[in-house]
Amino acid sequence: MSERVAVRKTYKLFIGGKFPRSESGRSYLVQDSNVSLASRKDARDAVVAARAAGKGWAGATAYNRGQILYRVAEMLEGRREQFVALGVPADEVDAATDRWVWYAGWSDKLPQVYGGANPVAGPYFNLSAPEPTGVVAVVAPETPALLGLVSVIAPAIVTGNTVVVAASPTAPLAAVTLAEVLATSDLPGGVVNILTGRLSETVPTLAAHMDVNAIDLTGVTDPELAADLEVKAAENLKRVLRPVAAGHDWSADPGLGRMTALLETKTVWHPKGV
Amino acid sequence: MTATATSARSDLSELGRSETALRTFLHGLPGVDQVGAEQRAAQLGTRSIKTTAKAEAIDLAIRMVDLTTLEGADTPGKVRALAAKALRPDPADPSCPHVGAVCVYPSMVPYVAEVLRGSGVHLASVATSFPSGQAPLEIKLADTRAAVEAGADEIDMVINRGAFLAGRYAEVYDEIVATKEACGSADAGRQGRPRAHLKVILETGELATYDNVRRASWLAMLAGADFIKTSTGKVPVAATLPVTLVMLEAVRDFRAATGRQVGVKPAGGIKTTKDAIKYLVMVNETVGPDWLHPDWFRFGASSLLNDLLMQRTKLTTGVYAGPDYFTLD
Repeated sequence: MSERVAVRKTYKLFIGGKFPRSESGRSYLVQDSNVSLASRKDARDAVVAARAAGKGWAGATAYNRGQILYRVAEMLEGRREQFVALGVPADEVDAATDRWVWYAGWSDKLPQVYGGANPVAGPYFNLSAPEPTGVVAVVAPETPALLGLVSVIAPAIVTGNTVVVAASPTAPLAAVTLAEVLATSDLPGGVVNILTGRLSETVPTLAAHMDVNAIDLTGVTDPELAADLEVKAAENLKRVLRPVAAGHDWSADPGLGRMTALLETKTVWHPKGV
Repeated sequence: MTATATSARSDLSELGRSETALRTFLHGLPGVDQVGAEQRAAQLGTRSIKTTAKAEAIDLAIRMVDLTTLEGADTPGKVRALAAKALRPDPADPSCPHVGAVCVYPSMVPYVAEVLRGSGVHLASVATSFPSGQAPLEIKLADTRAAVEAGADEIDMVINRGAFLAGRYAEVYDEIVATKEACGSADAGRQGRPRAHLKVILETGELATYDNVRRASWLAMLAGADFIKTSTGKVPVAATLPVTLVMLEAVRDFRAATGRQVGVKPAGGIKTTKDAIKYLVMVNETVGPDWLHPDWFRFGASSLLNDLLMQRTKLTTGVYAGPDYFTLD
């Protein structure tokens, strides 16, 4: 009997719920695997996919979004061994799973904590409700490969945003494997889009893109690049999350900051009547 | 595919005289190689048009757009806004050209005419009981006259597909001839006003085969069409590349046979700049640069314009544009 030929995996992009190769046809090697090298056109396509998914995702009930995020945690749990094989420590996979569950729980609670009734001087009910900002570009941190990624994606999408994530160039395997988790967990296509490759190609395009509403620069380590991206983002007044110079402690309690930074507030005045 | 052999045919204008002559001629046209046409259209669609060529193609495509709204919910306010957009598609950039025409229902023509007067943007109106064409001839002609009277200088008529598919070619022919006459009926009252251009909609999505598309194209051109147009945009299958290829070959062969040049207008389903550029490549490769002008090639579209404007903005500013910065209609 002949020996089995190994089935080698190509790590592709995740755009609109599908796994396309880069439009440019390029790839690069990470840990002996071929990974797609995204171009600025892939970034553009990802924004289009994210925008298209936005209406349905923001319009879904908070309960439904919470259920789907919980489902992501279930799927992640089932792939634990796969992440460990890629070199992600087992306790980090567990922490990432727990973080999905934690954020999933916030979906229908955040509007209560962050919104509410405002006392006003007049015969009105005055209510403030948080609404998603829209399409968020995210630069994922390099380490921890999985927990860091989950900690930037989950808070953005739980409130109804859709994201285009530029995965860390050195740790794309965990990102693409997470994309496989997302693709099998009822998350509508386009809510999360993941680009692998050089940050210098995709991120400036995303920062300047007029159809992106916010950009999270957490994974940008070069302060000059961060400043340049912030300038580009100013063109259409994107919300900007600056990187923390001292580095993040991803194992600490994440707090509400990452969720509330990507929200708009809608306030409604309603006459009280007689 | 080869040019239609027409050299042996003496005088094409005589064909309309009898049903038999028309049928003999139309059924004598060579059949369309379906696989060949689709393969050729797909192959031309793979051309890569970049940088300065792309900028030129985008501006040409904008000038070729027939900015269309054909909804039951059209209001004077909406069509006025559309006409204003036709004049100045990108208010932020004065170098952006105006579109080819605005296309509306006859009842909306007066409101658009007020805005477009003297601007060089044409005013097209659908007529002849658009989109079905299922009404008595007198009503279709009255529809056409009313649109011309109201100020339309281009008429988009629909052919009687029922009659065409049933093989009553003379009936279709006579209707086109009569509509063309109606397009010029305003001449008596208004000296110097040219006859309205007649675009004949074949509604290729209902014609079933490419052979029928070729026959309908020839029938319309023989009857005097100034333009042949693919679709109403009201049936599921609208303009496609292979159908447009067949029509382009028909106008090319018609000019070779008669010396008269006829325009082509694909309409419906063309939504992106990429699509539009594929059509322009096909025009250039099939009939040549003579047709690369808004007088001879048009796009019937509404959402296409915004995508063209976004791509244009991308080329001028270097950053991807978003739909938030362009008007909806």
